[in-house]
Amino acid sequence: MRVTGAHRETARSRTLLLDVPGWPGHLAGQHVDLRLTAEDGYHAERAYSIASPPESAELALTVERVDDGEVSSFLVDEVRVGDELELRGPVGGYFAWQVADGGPLVLLGGGSGLVPLVAMLRHRAASGGDVEVHVLVSARSPADLLYRDELDGYAAAGLDVRVTLTRTWPDDWAGGTGRVDRAGLEAVVPGPGREPRVYVCGPTGFVEHVAALLVELGHDPHAIRTERFGPTGG
Amino acid sequence: MPVTRGFRGRRRPEGDATRVPPGQYVVDEFPVLSAGPTPHVPLSEWTFTVTGAVDAPRTWTWEELLALPAEDITTDIHCVTRWSKLGTAWKGVAVDVLLDEIETAAEYVTAFCDGGYTTNLPLADVVDGQAWIVYEYGGEPLEAEHGGPARLLVPHLYLWKSAKWVRGLELTEDDEPGFWEGLGYHNRGDPWREERYWSD
Repeated sequence: MRVTGAHRETARSRTLLLDVPGWPGHLAGQHVDLRLTAEDGYHAERAYSIASPPESAELALTVERVDDGEVSSFLVDEVRVGDELELRGPVGGYFAWQVADGGPLVLLGGGSGLVPLVAMLRHRAASGGDVEVHVLVSARSPADLLYRDELDGYAAAGLDVRVTLTRTWPDDWAGGTGRVDRAGLEAVVPGPGREPRVYVCGPTGFVEHVAALLVELGHDPHAIRTERFGPTGG
Repeated sequence: MPVTRGFRGRRRPEGDATRVPPGQYVVDEFPVLSAGPTPHVPLSEWTFTVTGAVDAPRTWTWEELLALPAEDITTDIHCVTRWSKLGTAWKGVAVDVLLDEIETAAEYVTAFCDGGYTTNLPLADVVDGQAWIVYEYGGEPLEAEHGGPARLLVPHLYLWKSAKWVRGLELTEDDEPGFWEGLGYHNRGDPWREERYWSD
């Protein structure tokens, strides 16, 4: 399949738009395997979350460059529009949400863990936007925040979208700061009695911390779906 | 297969090819991948049960498990998400010990776990010194995020078969897909044959 567009999201990440002939469709939250092949036949394959909703004609992947990542650094810094890539998928049927699943939908993302969650937000918007949704995004700094304008747009439209910055923030920052804590989580996640569907995605430390707090708050562990991105995202 | 313009990649060091299955790369750290929150069950309430197509289920408490003959296992592990970790050191009880003297017509086994996770395996893949219930990693008690207090270890298959937080084995006459096996992942998961997904 062919790269039809590319734009930078942050200094470390880029969104690639792909035209995939015969794409069977996907669910928001699923990922694909991308395979890169060198001239001598050496190949490397990694999984990347799909950022585009099922309604989108093009497939969008947002890739964050990880330190020493042989695949991610190629995708973020070297791939050009018109290049051909090999792709397999969609993969993963558990960390997925469709409008028919209902809500309240709770999306808790750390760093590039926002990518599959934004696919759910886009899917929700594309299909009418009736499902109650609560979003908490944790990023290191404003410059590290993915989809900032889009998140602002959702908030301006009245969605419960909160951003917390963990390392640096401007003096006039109105959002949260520091590590997500119990009170911050309690403020964004509807109580267990409302049976929210919770999706948590991010680095292992973020996911372990947030999922443990949710269980402490009385949420059914089976209603909490997690996906972890580590430095081995390659 | 098509060459990716401009991609050179980084070759793994020579000599790894016999230990690193196709499509895998070696990591030093120990990544964590789980589908839900990490469960925490007090050891005083922990048991391990062999049930299903057996004459009588057998159950061990934590102390009873620790009292069984244990082995030190040093092995390579391979995750379907493409990382492999070489020379990992574990301690635990061979599944053979837990199935000793159990009469069964079962040909399959489903490992069941705290948190509701399950994975299915042919019985032939967990006997004859191929699988263990492990409770130490690197000489320390197995951390919860890596499956502690105890996990199944079946290192010749992709790591999702090595179920974390395992609480027992159900022996079955029919093969019943587990959690990931029902969600698109391969039924057996042999890394040397790249059995990752249903389509493989």
